[in-house]
Amino acid sequence: MKYVESFRDPERIRRVATALAAACTRPWNVMEVCGGQTHTIARYAIDDLLPDGLGLIHGPGCPVCVTPLEVIAAAQTLARMPGVILCSFGDMLRVPGPRGDLLAARAEGGDVRVVLSPLDAVEIARGQPDRQVVFFAVGFETTAPSTAMSVELARRLGLENYSLLVAHVRVPPAMELLLSAPGNRVQGFLAAGHVCTITGTSEYPAIAARHRVPIVVTGFEPLDILLGLLDVVRQLESGRAEVSNQYARAVKPEGNPAARAMVDRVFEVADVPWRGLGVVAHGGLRVRDDHARFDAIRRHELAMPAIPEPEVCRAAEVLQGRLAPLECPAFGAECTPETPLGAPMVSTEGACAAYHRYRSGARERP
Amino acid sequence: MLSGPIMCLALPGRIVEMIEAGETASTTGALPFARVEFGSITREVCLAYTPEATVGDYVIVHVGFAIQCLDEQAARRTLDLLEQQPGGLPERETGA
Repeated sequence: MKYVESFRDPERIRRVATALAAACTRPWNVMEVCGGQTHTIARYAIDDLLPDGLGLIHGPGCPVCVTPLEVIAAAQTLARMPGVILCSFGDMLRVPGPRGDLLAARAEGGDVRVVLSPLDAVEIARGQPDRQVVFFAVGFETTAPSTAMSVELARRLGLENYSLLVAHVRVPPAMELLLSAPGNRVQGFLAAGHVCTITGTSEYPAIAARHRVPIVVTGFEPLDILLGLLDVVRQLESGRAEVSNQYARAVKPEGNPAARAMVDRVFEVADVPWRGLGVVAHGGLRVRDDHARFDAIRRHELAMPAIPEPEVCRAAEVLQGRLAPLECPAFGAECTPETPLGAPMVSTEGACAAYHRYRSGARERP
Repeated sequence: MLSGPIMCLALPGRIVEMIEAGETASTTGALPFARVEFGSITREVCLAYTPEATVGDYVIVHVGFAIQCLDEQAARRTLDLLEQQPGGLPERETGA
Protein backbone atom coordinates (compact mmCIF):
# COMPACT_ATOMS: atom_id res chain seq x y z
CA MET A 1 0.00 0.00 0.00
CA LYS A 2 1.22 3.40 -0.94
CA TYR A 3 2.47 5.47 2.01
CA VAL A 4 2.78 2.36 4.17
CA GLU A 5 5.38 0.10 2.51
CA SER A 6 7.83 2.93 1.88
CA PHE A 7 7.94 3.56 5.62
CA ARG A 8 8.92 -0.08 6.19
CA ASP A 9 11.79 -0.04 3.71
CA PRO A 10 14.82 -1.78 5.25
CA GLU A 11 17.44 0.31 3.48
CA ARG A 12 16.03 3.61 4.72
CA ILE A 13 15.64 2.10 8.17
CA ARG A 14 19.29 1.03 8.17
CA ARG A 15 20.42 4.52 7.22
CA VAL A 16 18.50 6.08 10.08
CA ALA A 17 19.67 3.42 12.54
CA THR A 18 23.26 4.19 11.52
CA ALA A 19 22.70 7.91 12.02
CA LEU A 20 21.09 7.22 15.39
CA ALA A 21 24.06 5.14 16.56
CA ALA A 22 26.41 7.94 15.52
CA ALA A 23 24.34 10.58 17.28
CA CYS A 24 24.04 8.73 20.59
CA THR A 25 27.08 9.22 22.86
CA ARG A 26 25.38 8.91 26.26
CA PRO A 27 22.61 6.77 27.80
CA TRP A 28 19.09 8.11 27.36
CA ASN A 29 15.58 6.92 28.21
CA VAL A 30 12.81 7.75 25.78
CA MET A 31 9.12 6.97 26.13
CA GLU A 32 6.92 6.17 23.18
CA VAL A 33 3.46 7.14 24.35
CA CYS A 34 1.23 5.12 22.10
CA GLY A 35 0.50 1.40 22.22
CA GLY A 36 0.47 1.25 18.45
CA GLN A 37 4.07 2.48 18.52
CA THR A 38 4.95 -0.16 21.12
CA HIS A 39 3.58 -2.82 18.81
CA THR A 40 5.66 -1.59 15.90
CA ILE A 41 8.75 -1.60 18.09
CA ALA A 42 8.10 -5.20 19.16
CA ARG A 43 6.98 -6.44 15.75
CA TYR A 44 9.97 -5.08 13.85
CA ALA A 45 12.49 -5.69 16.67
CA ILE A 46 13.43 -2.03 16.65
CA ASP A 47 15.15 -2.29 20.03
CA ASP A 48 17.69 -4.58 18.35
CA LEU A 49 18.57 -1.72 16.00
CA LEU A 50 19.19 0.81 18.75
CA PRO A 51 22.52 1.80 20.27
CA ASP A 52 23.11 0.10 23.61
CA GLY A 53 22.62 3.18 25.76
CA LEU A 54 19.22 4.11 24.32
CA GLY A 55 16.42 2.69 26.43
CA LEU A 56 12.76 2.68 25.46
CA ILE A 57 10.12 3.02 28.16
CA HIS A 58 6.67 1.98 26.99
CA GLY A 59 3.95 4.50 27.72
CA PRO A 60 0.35 4.10 28.87
CA GLY A 61 -1.02 4.81 25.42
CA CYS A 62 -3.45 1.93 25.37
CA PRO A 63 -7.01 3.21 25.83
CA VAL A 64 -8.35 -0.26 26.60
CA CYS A 65 -5.66 -0.71 29.28
CA VAL A 66 -6.43 2.59 31.02
CA THR A 67 -10.23 2.25 31.04
CA PRO A 68 -11.13 2.13 34.75
CA LEU A 69 -12.38 -1.12 36.18
CA GLU A 70 -15.62 0.56 37.32
CA VAL A 71 -16.34 1.57 33.72
CA ILE A 72 -15.69 -2.00 32.56
CA ALA A 73 -18.08 -3.18 35.27
CA ALA A 74 -20.66 -0.67 34.02
CA ALA A 75 -20.27 -2.10 30.51
CA GLN A 76 -20.97 -5.56 31.88
CA THR A 77 -24.04 -4.28 33.71
CA LEU A 78 -25.33 -2.67 30.51
CA ALA A 79 -24.59 -5.80 28.49
CA ARG A 80 -26.79 -7.81 30.87
CA MET A 81 -29.60 -5.24 30.96
CA PRO A 82 -32.76 -6.41 29.16
CA GLY A 83 -33.45 -4.41 26.02
CA VAL A 84 -29.92 -3.02 25.77
CA ILE A 85 -27.51 -3.61 22.90
CA LEU A 86 -23.92 -2.82 23.92
CA CYS A 87 -21.72 -1.95 20.94
CA SER A 88 -17.96 -2.05 21.43
CA PHE A 89 -14.64 -2.15 19.66
CA GLY A 90 -13.41 -5.74 19.65
CA ASP A 91 -10.49 -5.12 22.01
CA MET A 92 -12.73 -4.46 24.99
CA LEU A 93 -14.56 -7.77 24.82
CA ARG A 94 -11.84 -9.81 26.53
CA VAL A 95 -10.78 -7.43 29.28
CA PRO A 96 -11.35 -9.32 32.52
CA GLY A 97 -13.80 -7.63 34.86
CA PRO A 98 -15.53 -8.42 38.16
CA ARG A 99 -17.98 -10.81 36.48
CA GLY A 100 -15.79 -12.15 33.70
CA ASP A 101 -15.50 -10.31 30.42
CA LEU A 102 -18.01 -9.02 27.88
CA LEU A 103 -17.78 -12.29 25.97
CA ALA A 104 -19.02 -14.04 29.10
CA ALA A 105 -21.89 -11.52 29.33
CA ARG A 106 -22.76 -12.37 25.75
CA ALA A 107 -22.62 -16.09 26.49
CA GLU A 108 -25.08 -15.47 29.33
CA GLY A 109 -27.55 -13.85 26.94
CA GLY A 110 -26.35 -10.26 26.84
CA ASP A 111 -26.52 -8.51 23.46
CA VAL A 112 -22.94 -7.40 22.79
CA ARG A 113 -21.97 -6.38 19.26
CA VAL A 114 -18.49 -5.69 17.88
CA VAL A 115 -18.30 -2.53 15.78
CA LEU A 116 -15.48 -0.95 13.82
CA SER A 117 -16.93 2.56 14.07
CA PRO A 118 -19.39 4.46 16.29
CA LEU A 119 -21.37 5.00 13.06
CA ASP A 120 -22.10 1.25 13.09
CA ALA A 121 -23.63 1.65 16.56
CA VAL A 122 -25.86 4.48 15.31
CA GLU A 123 -26.98 2.30 12.40
CA ILE A 124 -27.91 -0.45 14.86
CA ALA A 125 -29.88 2.09 16.90
CA ARG A 126 -31.65 3.33 13.78
CA GLY A 127 -32.64 -0.20 12.81
CA GLN A 128 -33.83 -1.23 16.29
CA PRO A 129 -35.96 1.60 17.70
CA ASP A 130 -37.35 -0.64 20.46
CA ARG A 131 -33.91 -1.35 21.91
CA GLN A 132 -31.54 0.90 23.84
CA VAL A 133 -28.18 1.03 22.09
CA VAL A 134 -25.06 1.99 24.05
CA PHE A 135 -21.73 2.63 22.35
CA PHE A 136 -18.71 1.91 24.54
CA ALA A 137 -16.72 5.01 23.67
CA VAL A 138 -13.08 4.17 24.39
CA GLY A 139 -10.10 5.97 22.90
CA PHE A 140 -7.86 8.99 22.89
CA GLU A 141 -8.29 12.36 21.23
CA THR A 142 -8.02 10.48 17.92
CA THR A 143 -11.31 8.72 18.49
CA ALA A 144 -13.38 11.28 20.42
CA PRO A 145 -14.30 13.29 17.27
CA SER A 146 -15.77 10.17 15.70
CA THR A 147 -17.79 9.49 18.84
CA ALA A 148 -18.95 13.12 18.86
CA MET A 149 -20.05 12.91 15.22
CA SER A 150 -22.01 9.75 16.00
CA VAL A 151 -23.99 11.78 18.54
CA GLU A 152 -24.54 14.47 15.90
CA LEU A 153 -25.75 11.81 13.47
CA ALA A 154 -28.10 10.33 16.08
CA ARG A 155 -29.46 13.81 16.70
CA ARG A 156 -30.01 14.44 12.96
CA LEU A 157 -31.79 11.12 12.60
CA GLY A 158 -34.00 11.91 15.60
CA LEU A 159 -32.89 8.79 17.47
CA GLU A 160 -34.08 8.49 21.07
CA ASN A 161 -32.35 5.22 21.83
CA TYR A 162 -28.61 5.98 21.45
CA SER A 163 -26.18 6.78 24.25
CA LEU A 164 -22.49 6.54 25.13
CA LEU A 165 -20.54 4.83 27.89
CA VAL A 166 -17.63 7.24 27.82
CA ALA A 167 -14.02 6.31 28.52
CA HIS A 168 -12.29 8.92 26.36
CA VAL A 169 -8.96 10.08 27.76
CA ARG A 170 -6.51 12.89 26.91
CA VAL A 171 -2.84 12.17 26.48
CA PRO A 172 -0.87 15.36 27.36
CA PRO A 173 -2.19 15.44 30.97
CA ALA A 174 -0.99 11.85 31.43
CA MET A 175 2.44 12.78 30.09
CA GLU A 176 2.51 15.65 32.59
CA LEU A 177 1.60 13.24 35.41
CA LEU A 178 4.35 10.78 34.48
CA LEU A 179 6.96 13.53 34.21
CA SER A 180 5.97 14.89 37.63
CA ALA A 181 6.14 11.50 39.36
CA PRO A 182 9.05 10.90 41.74
CA GLY A 183 11.58 8.57 40.17
CA ASN A 184 10.60 9.53 36.64
CA ARG A 185 13.23 8.28 34.19
CA VAL A 186 11.70 9.59 30.96
CA GLN A 187 13.98 12.15 29.30
CA GLY A 188 12.24 12.50 25.94
CA PHE A 189 8.98 11.57 24.26
CA LEU A 190 7.77 10.16 21.01
CA ALA A 191 4.35 11.77 21.02
CA ALA A 192 1.33 9.87 19.73
CA GLY A 193 1.06 10.73 16.05
CA HIS A 194 -2.62 10.22 15.43
CA VAL A 195 -3.60 12.03 18.63
CA CYS A 196 -1.71 15.00 17.21
CA THR A 197 -3.51 14.65 13.88
CA ILE A 198 -6.55 15.86 15.80
CA THR A 199 -5.03 18.06 18.52
CA GLY A 200 -2.07 19.57 16.71
CA THR A 201 0.99 20.35 18.79
CA SER A 202 -0.05 23.40 20.80
CA GLU A 203 -0.18 21.63 24.18
CA TYR A 204 3.36 20.34 24.04
CA PRO A 205 5.68 23.40 24.21
CA ALA A 206 4.60 24.11 27.80
CA ILE A 207 5.31 20.50 28.84
CA ALA A 208 8.66 20.48 27.03
CA ALA A 209 9.71 23.73 28.70
CA ARG A 210 8.45 22.89 32.18
CA HIS A 211 10.17 19.49 32.32
CA ARG A 212 13.03 20.10 29.87
CA VAL A 213 12.10 17.17 27.64
CA PRO A 214 12.14 17.03 23.84
CA ILE A 215 8.78 15.95 22.44
CA VAL A 216 8.75 14.62 18.89
CA VAL A 217 5.50 13.86 17.10
CA THR A 218 6.04 10.38 15.66
CA GLY A 219 4.16 8.00 13.38
CA PHE A 220 3.62 4.26 13.52
CA GLU A 221 5.70 2.58 10.84
CA PRO A 222 9.22 1.38 11.73
CA LEU A 223 10.86 4.18 9.76
CA ASP A 224 8.69 6.72 11.58
CA ILE A 225 9.77 5.36 14.97
CA LEU A 226 13.45 5.60 14.05
CA LEU A 227 13.08 9.11 12.64
CA GLY A 228 11.37 10.14 15.86
CA LEU A 229 14.13 8.60 17.97
CA LEU A 230 16.86 10.27 15.88
CA ASP A 231 15.25 13.66 16.45
CA VAL A 232 14.85 13.09 20.21
CA VAL A 233 18.42 11.86 20.62
CA ARG A 234 19.89 14.73 18.64
CA GLN A 235 17.98 17.14 20.86
CA LEU A 236 19.07 15.38 24.06
CA GLU A 237 22.71 15.31 22.94
CA SER A 238 22.67 19.05 22.24
CA GLY A 239 20.71 20.00 25.34
CA ARG A 240 17.58 21.05 23.47
CA ALA A 241 14.02 20.45 24.70
CA GLU A 242 11.79 21.39 21.79
CA VAL A 243 8.64 20.17 20.12
CA SER A 244 9.12 18.89 16.59
CA ASN A 245 7.09 16.96 14.04
CA GLN A 246 8.42 13.80 12.41
CA TYR A 247 4.99 12.79 11.13
CA ALA A 248 4.29 15.76 8.87
CA ARG A 249 2.41 13.68 6.29
CA ALA A 250 -0.39 13.16 8.85
CA VAL A 251 0.04 15.96 11.39
CA LYS A 252 -0.39 19.69 10.89
CA PRO A 253 0.59 22.06 13.70
CA GLU A 254 -3.04 23.19 14.00
CA GLY A 255 -4.41 19.63 13.96
CA ASN A 256 -8.04 19.30 12.87
CA PRO A 257 -10.02 22.24 14.29
CA ALA A 258 -13.39 21.01 13.00
CA ALA A 259 -12.92 17.72 14.80
CA ARG A 260 -12.04 19.49 18.06
CA ALA A 261 -15.05 21.80 17.69
CA MET A 262 -17.42 18.84 17.47
CA VAL A 263 -15.81 17.23 20.52
CA ASP A 264 -16.32 20.50 22.44
CA ARG A 265 -20.05 20.48 21.54
CA VAL A 266 -20.69 17.07 23.04
CA PHE A 267 -18.00 16.69 25.73
CA GLU A 268 -16.21 18.70 28.38
CA VAL A 269 -12.78 18.11 29.89
CA ALA A 270 -12.84 16.34 33.27
CA ASP A 271 -10.50 14.91 35.87
CA VAL A 272 -10.77 11.16 35.27
CA PRO A 273 -9.02 8.07 36.56
CA TRP A 274 -6.65 6.24 34.24
CA ARG A 275 -6.46 2.65 35.32
CA GLY A 276 -2.95 2.13 36.69
CA LEU A 277 -2.16 5.85 37.02
CA GLY A 278 -4.86 7.20 39.33
CA VAL A 279 -6.84 10.37 38.71
CA VAL A 280 -5.33 12.49 35.95
CA ALA A 281 -6.25 16.18 36.14
CA HIS A 282 -7.96 17.18 32.86
CA GLY A 283 -7.20 13.64 31.76
CA GLY A 284 -10.48 12.75 30.11
CA LEU A 285 -13.90 13.69 28.82
CA ARG A 286 -17.43 13.54 30.15
CA VAL A 287 -20.67 14.22 28.30
CA ARG A 288 -21.82 17.83 28.70
CA ASP A 289 -24.97 18.40 30.74
CA ASP A 290 -26.80 19.78 27.69
CA HIS A 291 -26.21 16.39 26.02
CA ALA A 292 -27.07 14.32 29.11
CA ARG A 293 -29.55 12.16 27.22
CA PHE A 294 -26.58 10.75 25.28
CA ASP A 295 -24.76 9.73 28.46
CA ALA A 296 -25.48 6.08 29.28
CA ILE A 297 -24.49 6.54 32.92
CA ARG A 298 -27.24 9.12 33.42
CA ARG A 299 -29.77 7.57 31.04
CA HIS A 300 -29.51 4.13 32.58
CA GLU A 301 -28.88 5.44 36.12
CA LEU A 302 -25.73 3.43 36.61
CA ALA A 303 -24.02 3.36 39.96
CA MET A 304 -20.24 3.36 39.53
CA PRO A 305 -18.83 1.77 42.69
CA ALA A 306 -15.05 1.60 43.02
CA ILE A 307 -13.77 -1.93 42.42
CA PRO A 308 -10.58 -3.37 43.92
CA GLU A 309 -7.88 -4.42 41.49
CA PRO A 310 -6.82 -8.07 41.30
CA GLU A 311 -3.57 -8.44 43.22
CA VAL A 312 -1.46 -10.61 40.95
CA CYS A 313 -1.63 -8.34 37.91
CA ARG A 314 1.07 -5.65 37.79
CA ALA A 315 -0.47 -3.72 34.92
CA ALA A 316 -0.22 -0.45 36.82
CA GLU A 317 3.57 -0.69 36.94
CA VAL A 318 3.70 -1.59 33.24
CA LEU A 319 1.49 1.37 32.32
CA GLN A 320 3.65 3.73 34.38
CA GLY A 321 6.74 2.47 32.59
CA ARG A 322 8.24 1.08 35.81
CA LEU A 323 8.02 -2.59 34.86
CA ALA A 324 8.78 -4.11 31.47
CA PRO A 325 6.38 -6.87 30.42
CA LEU A 326 9.16 -9.45 30.33
CA GLU A 327 10.03 -8.60 33.94
CA CYS A 328 6.58 -9.56 35.23
CA PRO A 329 6.62 -12.97 36.95
CA ALA A 330 3.20 -13.82 35.56
CA PHE A 331 4.16 -13.01 31.94
CA GLY A 332 3.73 -16.05 29.73
CA ALA A 333 2.84 -18.18 32.75
CA GLU A 334 -0.48 -17.38 34.48
CA CYS A 335 -0.91 -14.41 32.14
CA THR A 336 -1.20 -15.04 28.41
CA PRO A 337 -3.47 -13.62 25.71
CA GLU A 338 -5.72 -16.65 26.19
CA THR A 339 -5.81 -16.29 29.99
CA PRO A 340 -5.12 -12.60 30.62
CA LEU A 341 -4.78 -11.21 34.13
CA GLY A 342 -5.15 -7.65 32.98
CA ALA A 343 -5.84 -5.35 30.09
CA PRO A 344 -2.27 -4.89 28.74
CA MET A 345 -2.21 -8.59 27.80
CA VAL A 346 -5.64 -8.37 26.16
CA SER A 347 -5.46 -5.24 24.11
CA THR A 348 -3.89 -5.20 20.68
CA GLU A 349 -2.23 -1.99 21.88
CA GLY A 350 -1.13 -3.36 25.26
CA ALA A 351 2.60 -3.60 25.92
CA CYS A 352 2.30 -7.11 27.38
CA ALA A 353 0.39 -8.35 24.34
CA ALA A 354 3.02 -6.83 22.06
CA TYR A 355 5.83 -8.62 23.83
CA HIS A 356 3.95 -11.91 24.02
CA ARG A 357 3.10 -11.86 20.36
CA TYR A 358 6.50 -10.89 19.06
CA ARG A 359 9.04 -11.53 21.78
CA SER A 360 7.95 -14.32 24.07
CA GLY A 361 10.77 -16.45 22.78
CA ALA A 362 13.16 -13.93 24.29
CA ARG A 363 11.73 -14.09 27.79
CA GLU A 364 14.35 -13.95 30.51
CA ARG A 365 13.81 -14.51 34.21
CA PRO A 366 15.48 -11.80 36.30
CA MET B 1 -3.80 -4.94 7.23
CA LEU B 2 -7.03 -3.76 8.83
CA SER B 3 -6.75 -6.05 11.84
CA GLY B 4 -4.54 -4.96 14.69
CA PRO B 5 -4.59 -2.05 17.11
CA ILE B 6 -7.95 -0.37 16.78
CA MET B 7 -7.59 2.80 18.74
CA CYS B 8 -4.29 4.20 17.49
CA LEU B 9 -4.66 2.60 14.13
CA ALA B 10 -5.32 5.03 11.38
CA LEU B 11 -4.45 4.03 7.86
CA PRO B 12 -3.88 5.99 4.66
CA GLY B 13 -6.34 5.19 1.90
CA ARG B 14 -7.21 6.69 -1.47
CA ILE B 15 -10.65 8.16 -2.19
CA VAL B 16 -11.97 6.39 -5.26
CA GLU B 17 -15.60 7.54 -5.34
CA MET B 18 -17.77 10.08 -3.54
CA ILE B 19 -21.13 8.69 -2.37
CA GLU B 20 -24.14 10.76 -3.35
CA ALA B 21 -25.69 12.18 -0.18
CA GLY B 22 -29.24 12.08 -1.55
CA GLU B 23 -29.36 8.27 -1.80
CA THR B 24 -28.53 7.70 1.81
CA ALA B 25 -29.74 10.73 3.76
CA SER B 26 -32.10 8.60 5.83
CA THR B 27 -29.17 6.65 7.15
CA THR B 28 -26.32 9.14 6.90
CA GLY B 29 -28.06 12.32 8.03
CA ALA B 30 -26.55 14.05 4.99
CA LEU B 31 -23.00 13.56 6.28
CA PRO B 32 -20.52 13.24 3.40
CA PHE B 33 -19.22 9.73 2.64
CA ALA B 34 -16.80 8.28 0.12
CA ARG B 35 -15.46 4.90 -0.91
CA VAL B 36 -11.80 4.66 0.13
CA GLU B 37 -9.35 2.05 -1.11
CA PHE B 38 -6.74 0.45 1.17
CA GLY B 39 -4.78 -1.85 -1.09
CA SER B 40 -7.32 -4.47 -2.18
CA ILE B 41 -9.94 -3.51 0.43
CA THR B 42 -12.53 -0.77 -0.04
CA ARG B 43 -14.46 0.84 2.82
CA GLU B 44 -17.09 3.55 3.13
CA VAL B 45 -15.59 6.43 5.08
CA CYS B 46 -17.16 9.58 6.50
CA LEU B 47 -15.52 12.77 5.22
CA ALA B 48 -17.19 15.14 7.68
CA TYR B 49 -13.79 16.14 9.11
CA THR B 50 -12.04 16.45 5.72
CA PRO B 51 -14.58 18.44 3.69
CA GLU B 52 -11.92 19.53 1.21
CA ALA B 53 -10.96 15.93 0.29
CA THR B 54 -11.92 14.68 -3.15
CA VAL B 55 -11.48 11.72 -5.50
CA GLY B 56 -7.82 10.77 -5.86
CA ASP B 57 -6.78 12.26 -2.51
CA TYR B 58 -5.24 10.15 0.21
CA VAL B 59 -6.81 10.45 3.65
CA ILE B 60 -5.88 9.11 7.08
CA VAL B 61 -8.81 6.95 8.23
CA HIS B 62 -9.67 6.03 11.83
CA VAL B 63 -12.78 4.13 12.97
CA GLY B 64 -14.69 4.97 9.81
CA PHE B 65 -13.72 8.66 9.59
CA ALA B 66 -11.14 10.52 7.54
CA ILE B 67 -9.31 12.59 10.17
CA GLN B 68 -6.80 14.36 7.91
CA CYS B 69 -5.75 14.54 4.31
CA LEU B 70 -2.38 12.88 3.88
CA ASP B 71 0.20 15.46 2.85
CA GLU B 72 1.79 13.70 -0.11
CA GLN B 73 4.49 16.34 -0.50
CA ALA B 74 5.53 15.93 3.13
CA ALA B 75 5.68 12.15 2.65
CA ARG B 76 7.77 12.61 -0.47
CA ARG B 77 10.18 14.95 1.31
CA THR B 78 10.72 12.45 4.11
CA LEU B 79 11.34 9.56 1.73
CA ASP B 80 13.54 11.49 -0.71
CA LEU B 81 15.83 12.41 2.15
CA LEU B 82 16.58 8.75 2.62
CA GLU B 83 16.75 7.61 -1.01
CA GLN B 84 14.53 5.01 -2.52
CA GLN B 85 14.80 1.25 -2.11
CA PRO B 86 12.07 -1.36 -2.68
CA GLY B 87 11.18 -4.12 -0.23
CA GLY B 88 9.94 -4.51 3.30
CA LEU B 89 11.71 -5.00 6.60
CA PRO B 90 11.82 -8.67 7.68
CA GLU B 91 9.49 -8.99 10.66
CA ARG B 92 10.20 -10.96 13.81
CA GLU B 93 8.11 -14.13 13.76
CA THR B 94 5.20 -14.10 16.18
CA GLY B 95 5.78 -15.97 19.46
CA ALA B 96 4.11 -19.36 20.01
